[in-house]
Amino acid sequence: MLAELAGALRAMNVKVARTLDEACERLAENPEAEVLAGGTDFMVEVNYRHRSPKAVVAISAVREIAGWRLENESGGAGGMGADAGRYGTLWIGANMTYTEMATPAFEGLLPSLTQAARTVGSPQIRNAGTIGGNLGTASPAGDTLPVLAALDAEVLLRSADGSRELALSDFITGPKQTALQQGEIITGVRVPLVAPTDASNDIGRGEFLKVGTRNAMVISVAGLALIARHDIQRVCVGLGSVAAVPVRPTEAEEWISPRLDWQQRSLLDPVDVETFGEMVAQAASPIDDHRSTAVYRRHAVGVMAKRALVRTFGSN
Amino acid sequence: MSEHYQLRVNGESRPVNDAWLGESLLYVLRERLGLAGTKNACEQGECGSCSVLIDDVLVCSCLVLAASAMDREISTVESLAPDGDLSDVQRAFVEAGAVQCGFCTPGLIMAVHDLLDQKPSPSDLEVREAISGNLCRCTGYVRIFDAVQRVAAEREE
Repeated sequence: MLAELAGALRAMNVKVARTLDEACERLAENPEAEVLAGGTDFMVEVNYRHRSPKAVVAISAVREIAGWRLENESGGAGGMGADAGRYGTLWIGANMTYTEMATPAFEGLLPSLTQAARTVGSPQIRNAGTIGGNLGTASPAGDTLPVLAALDAEVLLRSADGSRELALSDFITGPKQTALQQGEIITGVRVPLVAPTDASNDIGRGEFLKVGTRNAMVISVAGLALIARHDIQRVCVGLGSVAAVPVRPTEAEEWISPRLDWQQRSLLDPVDVETFGEMVAQAASPIDDHRSTAVYRRHAVGVMAKRALVRTFGSN
Repeated sequence: MSEHYQLRVNGESRPVNDAWLGESLLYVLRERLGLAGTKNACEQGECGSCSVLIDDVLVCSCLVLAASAMDREISTVESLAPDGDLSDVQRAFVEAGAVQCGFCTPGLIMAVHDLLDQKPSPSDLEVREAISGNLCRCTGYVRIFDAVQRVAAEREE
């Protein structure tokens, strides 16, 4: 009898949700309830008394939003052959951890996101932190955000009232500010799948680069993702930590894309590379803060843009 | 201060009474359950001294809301030597001189066990990456690397 009672002991104001419906219901019932994902941002604020939750809905045990899957997959330009490349969309569940993003199977699909995930914190942080949490925190320094911006990711939201999808640029409205409404949960993101499956063809694999004061446990001073999208023959770039929100240097993208040889790995004109770097740097609007200076950040994204382009397309 | 729940810690059910819902697992382990092996330094996931396993995954217990770990299996450094017989990693740390002030040691021991369980023969880079979230301000890490390689060699035999 006593053991049964003890077994039933559950925290009253902490709901460990098993399903999305359960989580949404609890959020709808209690407007004070806050969503807890991996905890790596949330608990720092609690520990330092910057946040004092009255009720919590923990979503890390919700299996519906774990892992990833391919959607609308089809063969690319070459038809059915193994080298044709895959085009479609990739659904990434909000509960996917940085460690899971670094597994070889996922890296084969979206290597730039794997590179970004591997730069986050430490093994302990990567085991707990999630892509949904990175979106929800919406820090200008969020490491997955440049990749998601470059890919025009759609953020998937759900509440007791239904579902909606927002473009990343509409979802992140300011530094640590989002369009998430009370009662809503981030369930995942959807990105176009652009990676050719032919491992010998590096075009389209993309790059993520980050500048920080050391290699581990470092918050980004500046970050950049560059993805060569074969489907639309466009180089897409996302910049992190150089503005209040992730930046797309669209002028630079539109200028360089027609100058590239999309059919084969081609050697780039060094003058074009230089111009591209300058255009990317101009698109940033960085600030001076305790982590770095605006001047350095602008310089850094220009250098990273050139480096990422050359790594992706080759150079003379 | 009204939450009552229980946790599974080192194979036992442990009731937690009259708790505040925002308490971290680190706080609950140390202050409510008397398991002081897990150390508290930064409370923001920077130092790794509070590392524990939850369902066999290495995490910083300071970043876990304790009440959200209700149905999980939690293992702390105390689980490694329940009768005082040191684990192979603990013994190697002593023998290699990898312990100075000792504050970071429990977290490092947990991280190294986790590494060697997954990769029995890690490269130097893999060792560096595996302990990159555990700060040690005394040793300079050289003897910690020695200890890891000792265990890897021992386990291979």
